[in-house]
Amino acid sequence: MIKHINKHRNHITAISSILIVSGFALPFLGYESYKDTALITATIIAIIPIAIKAFQAIRMKAFSIELLVTIAVIGALYIHEYTESSVVTFLFLFGAYLEARTLEKTRSSLKALIDMAPQEADVIREGENLTIPVEEVVKGDRVVIRSGGKMPVDGRIISGKATINEAAITGESRPASKAVDDIVYSGTIVDNGYIEIIAEKVGDDTTFAKIIELVEEAQESKSKTQKFLDKFAQYYTPAVVILAIIVYILTRNLHLAITFLVVACPGALVIGAPVSNVAGIGNGARHGVLVKGGEVMDRLSKVDTIVFDKTGTLTKGMPEVTDIKNFSGLEVEELLRLVAKVETISEHHLGQTIVKEAKKRNLNLEGEIINGKVVKGNGIKAEIDSLVLAIGNRKLMDAENIQISDEVSDYAIGREKAGNTAIFAAIDGQVAGIFSITDQIREDAHRALAELRKNGIKKMIMLTGDNRHTAELVANELGLDEFQAELLPENKVEFVKKLKEAGHVVAMAGDGINDAPAIATADIGLAMGEGGTDVSMETADVVLMADKLMQFSHAYALAKATVRNMKQNTFFAVAVVFVLLAGVLSDYVHLASGMFIHEASILIVILNAMRLIRFKSTNSSPNL
Amino acid sequence: MARAEFILEPLTCPTCVKKIESTLAKAKGVESAKVLFNSNKVKTEFDEAITNSEKLKLTIENLGYSVLSSKES
Repeated sequence: MIKHINKHRNHITAISSILIVSGFALPFLGYESYKDTALITATIIAIIPIAIKAFQAIRMKAFSIELLVTIAVIGALYIHEYTESSVVTFLFLFGAYLEARTLEKTRSSLKALIDMAPQEADVIREGENLTIPVEEVVKGDRVVIRSGGKMPVDGRIISGKATINEAAITGESRPASKAVDDIVYSGTIVDNGYIEIIAEKVGDDTTFAKIIELVEEAQESKSKTQKFLDKFAQYYTPAVVILAIIVYILTRNLHLAITFLVVACPGALVIGAPVSNVAGIGNGARHGVLVKGGEVMDRLSKVDTIVFDKTGTLTKGMPEVTDIKNFSGLEVEELLRLVAKVETISEHHLGQTIVKEAKKRNLNLEGEIINGKVVKGNGIKAEIDSLVLAIGNRKLMDAENIQISDEVSDYAIGREKAGNTAIFAAIDGQVAGIFSITDQIREDAHRALAELRKNGIKKMIMLTGDNRHTAELVANELGLDEFQAELLPENKVEFVKKLKEAGHVVAMAGDGINDAPAIATADIGLAMGEGGTDVSMETADVVLMADKLMQFSHAYALAKATVRNMKQNTFFAVAVVFVLLAGVLSDYVHLASGMFIHEASILIVILNAMRLIRFKSTNSSPNL
Repeated sequence: MARAEFILEPLTCPTCVKKIESTLAKAKGVESAKVLFNSNKVKTEFDEAITNSEKLKLTIENLGYSVLSSKES
């Protein structure tokens, strides 16, 4: 029965509106006496679903707005205000209907994301082709995805190649080419091609599922304003009931007391801030920016100083060996082989670049490495083939008492001034060669930085572990305000701390584990997601899923817009409360008109928040 | 400790959140209950020796919110 009534709420609303209209029309047709009957019937059928909710809440010892309305309507019937009672119940139901519809719209960004999740998967098990629900895919399954198909799980390509639209993960709609050994993510779509993958992450463990969960949690996490308003509402609603009773005792005017009850419901006030947040966070998610909650939105909008890591943040993070200068008697290939072999134990990206170069030249890197030792921030030492190798920067050479001749030094500085990182490789205490590695500046860096500055960033600083010359080159190229080179991870943390102490609101953007401490120290930590590594996604406040700096400038503009929107809503809602209370006390606002203003104000704040769904930062590229 | 997730009809009032959360929290065997207002979800953790997801579903429905689907893990 109760379910039945709930299901037909919309019909009830419609019937009640027809009855009200006929109630007003009947007197003109000469049926004056039926007017009240029509209005009373309208009131009674419309109050049923409201009263049921109120009763269910009471049974669970919970206080609800439905209870206020029920009391008010019963009171109105008691004093023979049938017009008012019918209009109030109708407006309440109709308002709730409109609220549900519009709220659904503000939540639509997230829903659009969830709808991207695939339902079925084609797998090959024991040589047999099967189509199974996506929940039944297990780790290790061989999954087939054809052109137009959606990736059901995260996995590694084992055969075939395809262009893949990764918009669900990165917000970037330009398809990416993927081939054997590349990782593909659940929720992305094969634009063209055919691939077979081995499932590596399934169900709730996929990157896509994690993104959804993070966004869901972000939308729930409340800003300070919101927390304050929640608390306020908690005391406000019961206070209104008491006030209404006091009004009645003082004035003996039941009508006034009931009106007071209805208009004082804090609808727009409670919903105003959360809807702005939901719409804002949803907009970010669709553009490949995860903003973790209202609090983060708030802080991000206040940022005036940005600290960038260089490698992987301002630059592409995909360095290449551009030159090997040989000072030894060895063959160049042999020098590369020795150095690359030592670097196989390094996790540093520069080391890995050298390894990659060696692999590209098909050099054999097998063999034993003795006493391998990573000197954090400086380089690496090890013994192989009974040779002692030290590979790293100048500091490492100094620490190892290795002489750097003027010739070597001049060469290195020359390379650095041309934008390279120069890596010294010493064998048995002699500099044997210099490896030049370059990393190009991201294509969108110029535009993103210009836009950030336009939107209110006062200071941009680059911190890097790289050498001074390379750092200077990048900093000048991008017009940064300041740069610090040759830093260790802990130096970065200290620098961020100092900025904060000087009163700046600091955002730190970095890409890897080495930046994690500084990211955690800053007011806003921003991680380049690189298709979503777990660590960066979980520690940072803001994650850029497509590794695009333009997403950062979008996020910043979006945060400002969201906070502005939230302020508008709060201000408007408070103003409405005052206007209503003043209106009631001065007898300008009555029950029905009070309810109308109340419901209208809720709709206005929701509609205002909906503007954020379509928010675009100015001049943003079409694929952002 | 078992976990269950319920998807509800669209929630419209923030007060519903409090209502559902506090009612579930008071229910026997429930360790924690969290309502995700914007995604219309209720996440619960409970002791499966004392209660089960069917019972929790009923509690939510008795409050006046229809449960569209539920998931246990």
